[in-house]
Amino acid sequence: MLGLEKKDVTLLAVVALLAFAAPFILNPFPEGSEMAQFNAGYPDLMQRFVIFGIFAIGYNILFGLTGYLSFGHAAFLGVGSYSAVWMFKLLSMNVIPAIILSIIVAGLFSLVIGFVSLRRSGIYFSILTLAFAQMSFNLAYSVLTPITNGETGLQLTLNDPRILGASTGADGSIPVTSLFGIEMRSTYEMHAGAWLFQFNAGYYVCAIILVAAFYLAMRIFRSPFGLMLRAVKTNQTRLNYTGLNARPYTLAAFVISGMYAGLAGGLMASMDPLAGADRMQWTASGEVVLMTILGGTGTLLGPVLGAGFIKYFENIFSKINDNVLHGWFAALPDGLEDTLVFIVHPFVGKGWNMTLGLMFMAVVIFLPGGLMEGGQRLAKLFRKKDKPSGDDSEHHPKQAPHVAE
Amino acid sequence: MGILEVKGVNKRFGGLQALSNVNLSVQENTVHAIIGPNGAGKSTLLNCLVGKLIPDTGSVMFDGQSVLGRKPHEINQMGISRVFQTPEIFGDLTVLENVLIPCFARRDGAFRLHAFETVSAEKEMMDKAMQMLEDVNMVSKRHMHSASMSRGDKRRLEMAMCLVQEPRLLLLDEPTAGMARADTNNTIDLLKEIKEKRDITMAIIEHDMHVVFSLADRITVLAQGTPLVEDTPENIKGHPKVREAYLGEAA
Ligand SMILES: Nc1ncnc2c1ncn2[C@@H]1O[C@H](COP(=O)(O)OP(=O)(O)OP(=O)(O)O)[C@@H](O)[C@H]1O
Ligand SMILES: [Mg+2]
Repeated sequence: MLGLEKKDVTLLAVVALLAFAAPFILNPFPEGSEMAQFNAGYPDLMQRFVIFGIFAIGYNILFGLTGYLSFGHAAFLGVGSYSAVWMFKLLSMNVIPAIILSIIVAGLFSLVIGFVSLRRSGIYFSILTLAFAQMSFNLAYSVLTPITNGETGLQLTLNDPRILGASTGADGSIPVTSLFGIEMRSTYEMHAGAWLFQFNAGYYVCAIILVAAFYLAMRIFRSPFGLMLRAVKTNQTRLNYTGLNARPYTLAAFVISGMYAGLAGGLMASMDPLAGADRMQWTASGEVVLMTILGGTGTLLGPVLGAGFIKYFENIFSKINDNVLHGWFAALPDGLEDTLVFIVHPFVGKGWNMTLGLMFMAVVIFLPGGLMEGGQRLAKLFRKKDKPSGDDSEHHPKQAPHVAE
Repeated sequence: MGILEVKGVNKRFGGLQALSNVNLSVQENTVHAIIGPNGAGKSTLLNCLVGKLIPDTGSVMFDGQSVLGRKPHEINQMGISRVFQTPEIFGDLTVLENVLIPCFARRDGAFRLHAFETVSAEKEMMDKAMQMLEDVNMVSKRHMHSASMSRGDKRRLEMAMCLVQEPRLLLLDEPTAGMARADTNNTIDLLKEIKEKRDITMAIIEHDMHVVFSLADRITVLAQGTPLVEDTPENIKGHPKVREAYLGEAA
């Protein structure tokens, strides 16, 4: 089905189910309860999960398959966002042309950067991509102000032409992004007992695109092209002496991952039509590397998991402050309560980065294959109980090392 | 005129003259062995043929075309495959995937964006790879992580990867080093069979004289970067210069 093998169809179905049921799955706690702050099922955050999931899926096609570690992919995301906002300013508030332009512009941009950077490999390649991305960031911040609106960021105004739409909305305000009349911000709220579930149009647009992006990545992974990319990672000498030219393969992977980043940037602007230079900063490029490694480099599902994890920490852990902590431990004697709050304090709130950092270190040291390897080990533990060891000739190849070049 | 013509090739590494005025002519559909003591320049000579090294002077012609100045993948696409002295395989991939890659390279050339086909659905390529694995007795190992195999198996795999490309010229740098006796004999049989079944020319570097004398039609003896003699195996066996420079030194 769909040109996929059975286990891949299952995986795709699982991803689709998780994406479409996310408003339920991410809101397990009733409104107003103590635990409600751990709910992540609100539109803004769910959109971010999915958009960064798309970004990481694309990044993994480059890094996971070829081993080329790019430190500049946020530049393509930023370029995608700017393109989309320009489309909203000039053409119309429909998200489709905006997203298409984001992908095209990011693709062209990555073709140029990739062409130059891929002349080197290893650390030199990484540094070149980093340099290009920082250059783009600085240009967006200063010289290119007419295009990027510098520090303020690019925003919609009432004076934008929007030749296929209206400059102003019905009520005289700036119009909102939409898909053939469905406003991206529109949300249907469902009250079920103490629970509140929110179904946001924008989120579902993102989710559908995520499933499509995942399907595309799956096809690439299973294709001869994907096989060649893995061969590049493993042994370029053998590749060359087998009559294959590594450069066009790596460049194609670079451009494809750049287009994924552009798509993510375009979606980001479609959900909230503004674009700033900080989206291109090196920290943003580093984040997608962390997502991919944390989830499991070179696996299909890993990057999506990694993106979800990091965004969850960033948005949920960062909101736990001392008051919340005191609330949790209120039942304990005062001295103990203060001690516990004192101990937990550095790991939550503004300290969420520390928790994430420790978690990242633990994963890299104990689970080099990321969260996916953790999952596989667990699955193996359970399987061992039902079935004696399988046929040796059918055993699967070891997980590829997660950092190459 | 041979399929491979090497004329007046010199190669220096700093102060070391690794190859000096090497002339070599390999005739089509023969097995040409190159023997010589360690450091004689045998691997260096192969490196000059496949584009890994560029000779300082001289010419290398394959089938009437110069290989000099071409990139390794272009030379391979001309029909030259090479087995390395230390096995070069795709260690992170399975044995089957290792053999599939050269199949695709032969069919699709140096690059093709075949991102929407599925490897497992490419029946023709799969059959070809499986047939090759059968020929080298590795079918049962097809799902193995190739880096975890023994050195002998890696060599056998590398040879399969080269053979499946159906090259016109196969260069083998010590193909049986690190193999058990039985595997060495299997390799000899395999190469003999290939030679009979297909139009293929082989240049083989080998220290194991049993292998050399079982396969070679002609032998070139290289010492200190210079070809000493070139003759048939029978004549080489009794050649005094060879005994002194090579067989003598090996004893
Ligand atoms: N890339 C290089 N840089 C410098 N010196 C080299 C290089 N490659 C080979 N040499 C030197 O050139 C000489 C010939 O080496 P080569 O590997 O061709 O020998 P060989 O005949 O293949 O020996 P062996 O039987 O040990 O494989 C040696 O002295 C070697 O050290
Ligand atoms: Mg050698």
